[in-house]
Amino acid sequence: MAEQTKEYRATLKPEGVRGKSIRKDELREVPHVTSRPNAKYAWAAGVAMSRFLDELKEGRIVGRKCRKCARVLVPPRMFCERCYRQTDEWVELPGTAVIETFAVSYLDTDANRIKEPILVGVVDLDGAPPHCGFMHYFDEMSPDEIHIGMPVEAVWKPKEERDGAITDIRYFRPRRK
Amino acid sequence: MSNRDVAVIGVGYTTFQALTPDVNWKEMMFEAASEAYEDAGLDPRKDVDSFITCAEDFWEGFSIFDEFTPDQLGAVLRPMHTVSGDGLQGLASAYMLIRSGLCDIVAVEAHSKISELLTFEGVVKLSFDPVYEAPLFETAHPYAAAGLEMRSYLEASGTTEEQCAAVAAQHKRNAFSNPIAGFAARIETDDVLDSGYLFDPLKKLEIAPRADGSIVIVLASGDVARRYAKPVYLEGIGWSSDSPWIASRGSDAPYAARAAEQAYRKASIANPQKEIDFAEVDDQFAFKTLQHLEALGLARPGEAGHLAEEGALGRNGHLPVNVSGGSLGCGHLMEASGLAKALEVTLQLRGEAGKRQLSNARVGVAQSWRGVPHGTGAVAVFSRRD
Repeated sequence: MAEQTKEYRATLKPEGVRGKSIRKDELREVPHVTSRPNAKYAWAAGVAMSRFLDELKEGRIVGRKCRKCARVLVPPRMFCERCYRQTDEWVELPGTAVIETFAVSYLDTDANRIKEPILVGVVDLDGAPPHCGFMHYFDEMSPDEIHIGMPVEAVWKPKEERDGAITDIRYFRPRRK
Repeated sequence: MSNRDVAVIGVGYTTFQALTPDVNWKEMMFEAASEAYEDAGLDPRKDVDSFITCAEDFWEGFSIFDEFTPDQLGAVLRPMHTVSGDGLQGLASAYMLIRSGLCDIVAVEAHSKISELLTFEGVVKLSFDPVYEAPLFETAHPYAAAGLEMRSYLEASGTTEEQCAAVAAQHKRNAFSNPIAGFAARIETDDVLDSGYLFDPLKKLEIAPRADGSIVIVLASGDVARRYAKPVYLEGIGWSSDSPWIASRGSDAPYAARAAEQAYRKASIANPQKEIDFAEVDDQFAFKTLQHLEALGLARPGEAGHLAEEGALGRNGHLPVNVSGGSLGCGHLMEASGLAKALEVTLQLRGEAGKRQLSNARVGVAQSWRGVPHGTGAVAVFSRRD
């Protein structure tokens, strides 16, 4: 280590404690600047997703079918990425599904440990071939009950609370026949 | 002809517009890419060996943008990478992939969806040195940096404000002959001079307005290109970056001069003024056109302004420049700007430039600059070899 770097490091923390994270008061000892980026965006949802979000508001899930590979793309896309061609038609799906995969998250979005774990996963939607579903939450089931292949159904927000977002579906719960 | 020559075999593009709320960026790219593959007569899922996108995360608004590019280009589970730079830098990567023998066909995409960035100034500010320069731009607009450069260029070269204004008026009029240009206007030099100082000496109408759009260029090795009716050869390409310290920069766009040296050497061009028939150069600010022409050796230092004044840079002049309308007439396409220049050079060399077609266009040069506050530029030389 160069002599200058050694000196610089010594201002940060005593020798022998490398690997320890820097404390706030230690940070104040070195010259630094702080800044918060001013970066705001408004992304157009596009042709396919705009229709998808509008339909969610009405409590419907729609996809786009590619006749060549017979997949139903949900959320919908105007082109099939496998066949590289425009998709052909709109398909309405019933809102029932089976669980394709899931994870039980014990940390929240800010990495805080939480008591009640969050169930996240991927659903295989009825009316579409496998691997054509989307990610969402699961609830009204325990971490012991949840399993791959479990039949589930969408639980919607009340109509007046929907705003055309994927969170208009609150979560998927065990299917009640 | 060596089989490791590099040629353009397909181009695709959207129109260039201030706003594109009807499509998302993926749908916009799909439109340009589909057209390019149709133009080249190939299936991207089988025939294209590698794909390149030119994008900068902060323009897009989300990180690791690379991951969002395969679908709309036909590149799913295929070799694909992103160049965080201008379209001509992407073209340079494709050139290397083909020259090295690793690939025979490469697709390069660049786009702008800059209308979706609501805080343009905020993001430009982030590209200044955070410790020293950014705090100085807490009050002044970041484009004041372009004003600094224009003043030092005018001072060093003897170029006048009238000459710069003439360039802006010319480019905006040129855009009327380009159906994809978004900012054509019937204006004269006086209109530009009267448009008001924003960053004295830089005036309002001398600043290219931002636009959305996508461009895809498909390149191939000489062996593949030979099968095509109108291959346009990429004879040489070069790029260079200056130090980021604004205060230590020259007023003569040395990044463009160095990039040109490299490109001309590859293209075996000894006398650019004699051997190059027309140019599409970066014109985000009108004075940049003149500064870049001099850096490219297409005019002597201090001469470009006179050429503009005499009309020599117009479609019927002896050195047609930005007959596409340039960024001033088409709109500034962010990282796609360089690819827009390469697109126009290709269309001219193919004889497909419609109303603005130049006669006897054999060798053309495209040049890019990444914009304030950057000192990075690239140069590409194309020819039709007949």
